[in-house]
Amino acid sequence: MAATAERFELKLGKATRDAFGEALRELAKTNDRLVVVDGDVSNSTRTEWFAADHPQRFFNVGIAESNMVGVAAGLAAAGKIPVVASFACFLLCNAYDQLRISVAFPQLNVKAVGSHAGISIGEDGPSQMAIEDIALACALPGFAVLAPADEVATRVAVRAMLEHDGPVYLRVGRPKAPVVYGSEADFPFQIGQAVRLRQGNDVTIVANGLMVAAALQAHDRLAETGVSARVLDMPSVKPLDEAALDEAARETGAIVVAEEHLAHGGLGSVVATAVAGLRPCPIAFVNLGDTFAESGPGDELLEKYGLTAADIVRGANRAVAAKRQG
Amino acid sequence: MDTTTAAVASDARSDAPASTPDVETLIATARRLRRDILEMTTHAGSGHPSSSMSAIDVIVALYSGGILRHNPQEPHDPDRDRFILSKGHASPALYAILAERGYFGHDLLRTLRQTGSPLEGHPNMRRLPGVEASTGSLGQGLSIGLGHALAGRIDGRSFHTYVMVGDGEVQEGQIWEALMSGAHLRADNLTLIVDHNQAQQSNILERVLDYRPLAEKLRAFHWHVEEIDGHDMPAILAALESVRQVKGQPQAIVAHTVKGKGVSFVEADWTYHGRAITKDDLQKALAELRD
Repeated sequence: MAATAERFELKLGKATRDAFGEALRELAKTNDRLVVVDGDVSNSTRTEWFAADHPQRFFNVGIAESNMVGVAAGLAAAGKIPVVASFACFLLCNAYDQLRISVAFPQLNVKAVGSHAGISIGEDGPSQMAIEDIALACALPGFAVLAPADEVATRVAVRAMLEHDGPVYLRVGRPKAPVVYGSEADFPFQIGQAVRLRQGNDVTIVANGLMVAAALQAHDRLAETGVSARVLDMPSVKPLDEAALDEAARETGAIVVAEEHLAHGGLGSVVATAVAGLRPCPIAFVNLGDTFAESGPGDELLEKYGLTAADIVRGANRAVAAKRQG
Repeated sequence: MDTTTAAVASDARSDAPASTPDVETLIATARRLRRDILEMTTHAGSGHPSSSMSAIDVIVALYSGGILRHNPQEPHDPDRDRFILSKGHASPALYAILAERGYFGHDLLRTLRQTGSPLEGHPNMRRLPGVEASTGSLGQGLSIGLGHALAGRIDGRSFHTYVMVGDGEVQEGQIWEALMSGAHLRADNLTLIVDHNQAQQSNILERVLDYRPLAEKLRAFHWHVEEIDGHDMPAILAALESVRQVKGQPQAIVAHTVKGKGVSFVEADWTYHGRAITKDDLQKALAELRD
């Protein structure tokens, strides 16, 4: 069952990577098992703030992601709670076999945090953009996979990640994120749970990360045309809140899934698989498709590659039309 | 001589040097474990007996020679020394010594590679006490060992971590990442053991990717290096003991070994890398390993 969050205005807040860095620093004050392994990007991932407080528990192993993840596995096997953080693309793509065999196979308590996820990082271009990280992380058995929407959600997700006993992947982004949640009271999150942001009966918008803010805008535009859209924030891609999806499929009969990720293997794939097995209904997909993006300002890229509120509105209308055609 | 007597003496956890191991006993133990390796892999019908036989003398010295501080009754003791078999395909050698030291019963060796058995083709730390890391994807164990070493440093524990890699495995890039990192972090509680048997899956190392000489490269990476005959028991014991005294840098022992050591027709044929010897050949092999 999805929790209900209150309404509020959207304004620009902190980047989720900043929220991660702050939460880590705060939680480290009371958790001496926390250690950080870095691949020389701590000033990008914001683990530098943890490092400033705890130099003895911070290891920059250089530009060597495979070793970085392996060292984290050893620290976890010895009872530590290692947070291993890098750009999401380098962490998942460069060190995938280490995440697979050194971490996932023995189910070690490693927290893998990928920053600079999605195309919204902008000008640095495709080599730095993780567009497949969710798919890769979901394919690691036993990993929980989280993609929070904003500053508050990230803070809560970091806490949940550290309390969780087992491997976790957390996706955070570079740009300032629109404020979706006014306070932690608005975000009653646990791993495996969706948060219902808007009630609605005609269609359900399922989104995570930056696309949650776009989903809220889409909700308002759809309302102007008489379409009542439910909005589900799905920060937990794995485990998935199947009850919330079952309810959405039953009560709205149409779904659109929005994510800053490739089409294959991301939130859309995971939701479609679940809905197909629970209560099949039309589903539309708003994502990057099957392509790399390019360099450019993040906002322009989101527009060019079809990841805006307008794209979600179109997707919602497609799903609703398909429902009506029966 | 009964091998368990010397073995039990070294079980007692202590920071003091263990009693002088009886070299003859260790040699006899290694010979017996070679028989175990051959019997379990031939019974399983697959596996890597020759890679296990090149490594077994060093492994016996570690576990039964008073080097590794460990207690089979407390496999998760936070102060235990760690041994990580990064060349996971040599799992029969690890299983043989763990059974020898009482982590589980000797009968379990007969279940190698069978469905439901915790003795998987490559080691699975979740299923078997005494297995420190789930390995098999080559190149990963040294980084894991470095993680243990750093955890020991943070907690002020005095345990030592040994990681054994194969010489083919040294071709993996992650090994060199870990070598740089271990030296930079001055992980003097970490020892790398290279089972330098000169052969890998498709051919001998010289023809596949010849990076030799290895010791010079390790020294250039700021590791303390000792080079030994990996089948010379006194030399193995001396090296394993002396590296623990090194301060300020990690250590490497390059153990020159022979793949399939102990059985002439396996030693002579590197194609035994990924296959067990036949049931017909088993008796012939065991005859060469009689006490």
